[in-house]
Amino acid sequence: MKELTFSTLIAVFEEIFGAGLFWTMVALAALGSVAFVYMLIRDRGLRALPFVRAEVVGLVGGLLAVLFVQFMTNSGFGDIGGPIDLITVLLIWLMGAIGTVMVAYVVQGLFRRRPPASPLT
Amino acid sequence: MTDRISELLPHVDRRDFLRLLGGSGLAALGVTGIVSAQPTVQTSARIVIVGAGAAGTSLANRLSGQLDGAKITLVDARREHLYQPGFTLVAAGLKDAKYPVSTTAEWLPQGVDWVEEQAAEIDPEANAVVTASGKRVPYDYLMVTAGLKLDYEAIEGMSLELIGGNGIGSVYAGAEYAARTWEAMDRFTDTGGVALFTRPATEMKCAGAPLKYAFLTEDYARRKGNRDKVKILYAAHNQSLFSVPIVNEKVRMLFGQRGIDTIHDHVMTAIDPGRKIATFATPEGPVEIGYDFTNVIPPMRAPDVIRNSPLPWRSGAFAADGWMEVDKHSLRHLRYPNVFAVGDVAGVPKGKTAASVKWQVPVAAAHLLADIQGTTSEESYNGYTSCPLITRVGRAMLVEFDYNNDLTPSFPGIIAPLEELWISWLMKEVALKATYYAMVRGRA
Repeated sequence: MKELTFSTLIAVFEEIFGAGLFWTMVALAALGSVAFVYMLIRDRGLRALPFVRAEVVGLVGGLLAVLFVQFMTNSGFGDIGGPIDLITVLLIWLMGAIGTVMVAYVVQGLFRRRPPASPLT
Repeated sequence: MTDRISELLPHVDRRDFLRLLGGSGLAALGVTGIVSAQPTVQTSARIVIVGAGAAGTSLANRLSGQLDGAKITLVDARREHLYQPGFTLVAAGLKDAKYPVSTTAEWLPQGVDWVEEQAAEIDPEANAVVTASGKRVPYDYLMVTAGLKLDYEAIEGMSLELIGGNGIGSVYAGAEYAARTWEAMDRFTDTGGVALFTRPATEMKCAGAPLKYAFLTEDYARRKGNRDKVKILYAAHNQSLFSVPIVNEKVRMLFGQRGIDTIHDHVMTAIDPGRKIATFATPEGPVEIGYDFTNVIPPMRAPDVIRNSPLPWRSGAFAADGWMEVDKHSLRHLRYPNVFAVGDVAGVPKGKTAASVKWQVPVAAAHLLADIQGTTSEESYNGYTSCPLITRVGRAMLVEFDYNNDLTPSFPGIIAPLEELWISWLMKEVALKATYYAMVRGRA
């Protein structure tokens, strides 16, 4: 490859998902991130118990992300052939886990009507 | 600590929060509306592109974005655009026959004049292309992106109608033929017998594809539990399996591990579908080999419109099959400086892949722009090509190299080029088609 620029990456992702879906996903990711930050601000810190619950959900979310990639491609765990493959699995798991943790934390926050008197952390 | 953090953060209520979300969403969506501000060159030059494949459409998009006022004409009768790297996945039963097919029209930028006819004649002395109907299209600059011709007629007894039956496959012939090849391979790996793989002695597009299909056939036989019923024979046209020595050694080792037998200096010249026998030219004379399944790969040559023009090499290794006489670094014709060749049709030592086109297009475009501006360009094509060499379903080796046969990995130290990896497979199955279409749009 002669060069891999940011604009090339954007162009490739637009082709993979379609421009509409890709930018919708980017917007949703941004929305989730902003919502997470909002929770931090609203609660004046990280709430320990909801966060631990979210982390448990995140473990499953990461696994689902790995399985999703394998489902969408003709491949499985048996095709892991080298260290970079293990790192790739880990990164996919990590992305799925982080996303799920944030969503799970935000969802719990949205269902809690009244802000707590004081944070646990 | 928490209190200190909260002091640094602004107070946000629900209304503020919603406003914030709306803004971030618009900002994200708004990015699609931003057109990269690249300088355009004013010109009234007439540029004719012959061939609307990967190179032709990519050039049309790139040039139309870089030139203002140019009259760009694309000459090609084909309404279907084929993503040819997808043929292997179709022939492996992993994608359907529609997967590699799109339309020429959807890739063409506005302002490009598409002449939906085959080019019948190129006259570089008069600077004109003549179409099949006799229409004359004059040019100031000619970009030849006409691809190549699959010369099935050169194999006695072979014709496209045979593909899919009598154990005959041919991955290169087109999307439908690749699907029929899968049907034949699927049947074969159910029943067993002798699988015979070949490659022609001519220059060819994606020289890794014949190897991939031998690997895939072996893989399917093994997965179906029929490996012991299957004998796989790879007939190489010369003494090597791959032109890059270090890759050749790796493939030789993998063939050994997978029980794929090899014979050398065998070039298929005829096929008898009734008797299921292929005839090969060898240094010792003609040799007949029986098969139950074979992947016929015909000799590949420059299209007739090029071979019948003054554009091919007149001596040397590329003369016999009519490849265009261009400088291997600038892709500029050596006798007609206002003519360039990009893609398969170029008479250069390597580069008959879409990955090569991706590098070649900006180089040829840069030289063309420099000509228009009265300057020169230092852009150079180094022979880069890439082959995601599939070794089984789910794994591939991301082999990249240049004119020197040097490995040129895009991710050195991260993705090992001679290692069978899942990530290389993901690139082939997920990212390659998208990258290809981004290239066709002139964006990659």
